Amino acid sequence: MEVNEVFEKVKGLFVEELGIDSEKVTMDAKLEEDLEIDSLGIVEVVMAFEDEFEIEIDDDELTDVGTVGQAVNLLHSKL
Amino acid sequence: MKTVFVTGASRGIGKSIALKLGKDYRVVVGFTSSKDMADEVVEEIKKLGGESLAVQLNIADRNSVDEAFNLIEETYNHVDILVNNAGITKDNILPRMKDDDWNDVIQTNLTGNFYTSQRAIKKMIKNKWGRLIFISSVVGISGNKGQANYAASKAGLIGLSKSISKEVGSRNITSNVIAPGYIETDMTSFIDVENKENIIEQLSIKRIGTPEDIANMVSFLCEEESEYITGQVIPIDGGLTT
Repeated sequence: MEVNEVFEKVKGLFVEELGIDSEKVTMDAKLEEDLEIDSLGIVEVVMAFEDEFEIEIDDDELTDVGTVGQAVNLLHSKL
Repeated sequence: MKTVFVTGASRGIGKSIALKLGKDYRVVVGFTSSKDMADEVVEEIKKLGGESLAVQLNIADRNSVDEAFNLIEETYNHVDILVNNAGITKDNILPRMKDDDWNDVIQTNLTGNFYTSQRAIKKMIKNKWGRLIFISSVVGISGNKGQANYAASKAGLIGLSKSISKEVGSRNITSNVIAPGYIETDMTSFIDVENKENIIEQLSIKRIGTPEDIANMVSFLCEEESEYITGQVIPIDGGLTT
């Protein structure tokens, strides 16, 4: 799967699961500051990622994920 | 119809909770060793027109908890309401308490409920609705001779539940503790008649409690009407801790 395909799916999940305005979801958007996702919100999107992409994400892998782009790259590397 | 998972539901308070909820919810009857008794509870619920399933697990073992939840999720999708009721006692006065007596009781009564709650809460967060109900004990509030391990485990549940309530309140999930006093069950059957009279004397309501007294409160906490009650400890003890 191409990076931009992963991005489109990720964007869809942010919109669907957390009700975030799709225009706000860019590669540079910061999860906490720009998208106002709290720690439970992160748990929700991670669960949604796991279901959508049929992968498992460890907490350790998330420590460096602060933006949408970083999340997309993590997912892309695991597919 | 919502799904309720009651641990330790083959007898005593857990059984009474399962039967009480059987009319309005799909009830998963958790048991550790008493399969026949758990099956009877399931049959009784089915006779009344309800849906029910018995699931074997040892809450002290994370793998066993995971397997039980996998089975429940295959059958009923997810758990909406978790009633953490299972518990054990290994009583002794502190100078004589063995490490195993301490560790087993803490592992089952406290850590086991951490395992079940953690597993259940993820789906509740996703669904933005859930109820966690911990069956603690007045002993967790007041302490009791010969029950340092049990009292510590039951007090620990209060901190666990209150913390959970703060973490997940924004997702319409409540977490509460019920602290039963003297309730007529196998666990208290060792109390002799003379002792029982002494106990009743300390109570405002002049009788030993029944498992139904506890089940009635659990039933209320499961309902939508209880959504503003969270992080609380509710003693049901005939006035013992007043």
